[in-house]
Amino acid sequence: MKQLLTGNEAIARGAWEAGVHFASAYPGTPSTEILEALSACPELYSEWAPNEKVAMEAAIGASMAGARSIVSMKHVGMNVAADPMFTYAYMGVGGGMVAVTADEPGQHSSQNEQDNRNYARFAKIPLFEPADSQECKEMIQAAFRLSEEFDTMVLVRLTTRVCHSKSIVELGERQEVPIRPYEKNIQKFMTVPEISRKLRLRVEERTRRMAELSEVSPFNRAEYLPGSKVGVVASGMAYYYAKEAFPEGTSFLKLGFTYPLPQGLIREFCSRMEELYVVEENDPILENAIRAMGFDPKGYHFFPFSGEQTPDVLRKSLTGASYPAIPHSREQVVPRPPALCAGCPHRGVFYQLSRRKGIMIAGDIGCYTLGFAEPYQAMDFNVCMGASISAGHGAQKVFQMQPGCGTRVVSVIGDSTFFHTGINSLLEVVYNHSNTVTIILDNRITGMTGHQQNPGTGYNAMGQQATITDLEALVRACGIRQLWKVDPNDLGQVQEALDAALAVTDEPSVIITRWPCALKRFSDADRAEFPDMFPGAEAVDPGRCIGCRVCLGSGCPALSFDTTAKKAVIDPAQCLGCHICAQICPKGAIGKAR
Amino acid sequence: MDQKTKSILLVGVGGQGTILASKLLSNGLMQAGYDVKMSEIHGMSQRGGSVSSHIRYGGQVWSPVIETGSADLLVAFEQMEALRWLDYLKTGGKVVVNDYQIPSIPVTTGKMAYPQGILEELRRVADTLVIDAAAEARRLGNPRVMNVILLGVIVRQMALEHIDWAGIIRENVKPAFAELNIAALGAGMELL
Repeated sequence: MKQLLTGNEAIARGAWEAGVHFASAYPGTPSTEILEALSACPELYSEWAPNEKVAMEAAIGASMAGARSIVSMKHVGMNVAADPMFTYAYMGVGGGMVAVTADEPGQHSSQNEQDNRNYARFAKIPLFEPADSQECKEMIQAAFRLSEEFDTMVLVRLTTRVCHSKSIVELGERQEVPIRPYEKNIQKFMTVPEISRKLRLRVEERTRRMAELSEVSPFNRAEYLPGSKVGVVASGMAYYYAKEAFPEGTSFLKLGFTYPLPQGLIREFCSRMEELYVVEENDPILENAIRAMGFDPKGYHFFPFSGEQTPDVLRKSLTGASYPAIPHSREQVVPRPPALCAGCPHRGVFYQLSRRKGIMIAGDIGCYTLGFAEPYQAMDFNVCMGASISAGHGAQKVFQMQPGCGTRVVSVIGDSTFFHTGINSLLEVVYNHSNTVTIILDNRITGMTGHQQNPGTGYNAMGQQATITDLEALVRACGIRQLWKVDPNDLGQVQEALDAALAVTDEPSVIITRWPCALKRFSDADRAEFPDMFPGAEAVDPGRCIGCRVCLGSGCPALSFDTTAKKAVIDPAQCLGCHICAQICPKGAIGKAR
Repeated sequence: MDQKTKSILLVGVGGQGTILASKLLSNGLMQAGYDVKMSEIHGMSQRGGSVSSHIRYGGQVWSPVIETGSADLLVAFEQMEALRWLDYLKTGGKVVVNDYQIPSIPVTTGKMAYPQGILEELRRVADTLVIDAAAEARRLGNPRVMNVILLGVIVRQMALEHIDWAGIIRENVKPAFAELNIAALGAGMELL
């Protein structure tokens, strides 16, 4: 049976067919749907972990105990998970283990463009690079077999377009694989130096044997055309881009099992070509290996070194121009930047922060990163998950070193991001006598990636009820004594809490805002805790509106300005009645629609 | 069956249902025996950003991403998005544009003006068909079916009437909304 699947769905399907028993992940675009698809399969256990390191370690434990396990994450998540991965790479596996990284050439929704293929060589573990959904399925199945045959965890590298493109997949049945009986084996699993040194030798020998397999792998294939002297070496989705952009008569070396590389196959292909290109996304990894063999391909410095190598991009490099666009007027098009949704509980916080002077606002990763943008401009930086609190702490210490510099740091972080890596940072702040103000924006869900459960929501990935971690108790246990809990839709409460927290100069403080994401599917607990959550649309009384536009500072997409009537207007189809704009209006012109 | 790869680009604003329309379209094309690839970028789509779905079908499709200057059909669910994505249309390609405007934040805050004369500009530079899907959706009693009305236009435009669209809709839409969507598809086909 055939089905159109995204690469992410095909990864899940491949793992399911390979009899996977255990799946762990932390959500992150473009990887999130892998675990979402797996969590719908009753034959296996699946979970959202608090962060990628924990997910990796949980999958390692499951593998040591004899199960087939999979862990998936976005590219930057692998930085968090790298510590356990590098050592499990030495240990080998119990049951087969596969780690999936979803990279972002072009940075569609990420803070950098790192190429995680580097992790395969770095950690000395085999690497697969699927080009479409069928290959996602087949490579995951091959990865589990390879993992058990060569006693190594395996890395699979996807890119956004592989993750989120659909193509046709031939479906198979699930092969039940028995969990391997656990036996204590300290020579394999106790990585004290004496044992690890021996494991290091074994890793080298393992890589040598896998290189032989790579030469004959069906995922590495040369497509020679008779008489062709122009050759392209490509991996992942870049192969299809190149098939599209290069003229007919070009030969291809399509690589899918790319660490260890099939050196013999590559050498043979390159020797037969007079003109050689390497098309790969992000770093020149294949290209550097080919250069080391003495060839001189066009690649990193011929095509753009950054962004997606889509067919139009390749065509421009090859012929000097992409296909021509129809000439038309373009100056009129207005940007359509993403915005905090109507009813978003972050709005009140960023509106109030936008009115403060003399503070550095340390940002973090989530929907609320949009606080940097118009109309709030209420964020100074963001680095990575959890950094708002710890980088904010570092900055605050330096502000304090300078006499006369009264700059205070306010760190903003979401509930899921706080559970991810904010807790350690808050310990840093308490332990090292900081005086930063941390605002935990608790919207009762992991919002940005599309509403995944987390330790604060009361449910797990499989939809079962889960113990709710009490944020306030957790924060107090870290040693925070100055704490306020506020309703973020009450601007007065937000302002009072900010005033009080900033008045505390000799110890750190925390403000927890608590209100559910407007797009969330509300749980019974949400409905009980927040009765009359969204009481219905507000409306502008045109008789009282003076056209001052102050309400537009709320940045709400339901609110617009009628330039003809010179009045503010609320779209009743979008407005949820959070009441923020009504509190801002200096004339009391906004109230419940009748 | 035509083996040559064809490219359809669906563009709109997050929440307009481009994802369902492209899902129905690509499943129908697969059932008709085409090779199909579809690509979406939806990281920010829930937050009112510009969204696009690339659909390519034929005997054998390589890239799921449409090149600039190569789409056979550009279907804009919103007027300004047609202009934003016009670079993807090939010379001689066709534009289907929904006669519907959604102001973006710079417009609602009064900082920039929503462009004037979009439909005239589209008609000036390309073979353009303007569809009032909102009026048609109101007639059917549900404003949310604009997306499937536009799918009906695509089906007629690309001569794909032989595919069992009613069956595809029943497989992919909640039963309570299946008949409404089948009616919407039919209404869209009649607009051409």
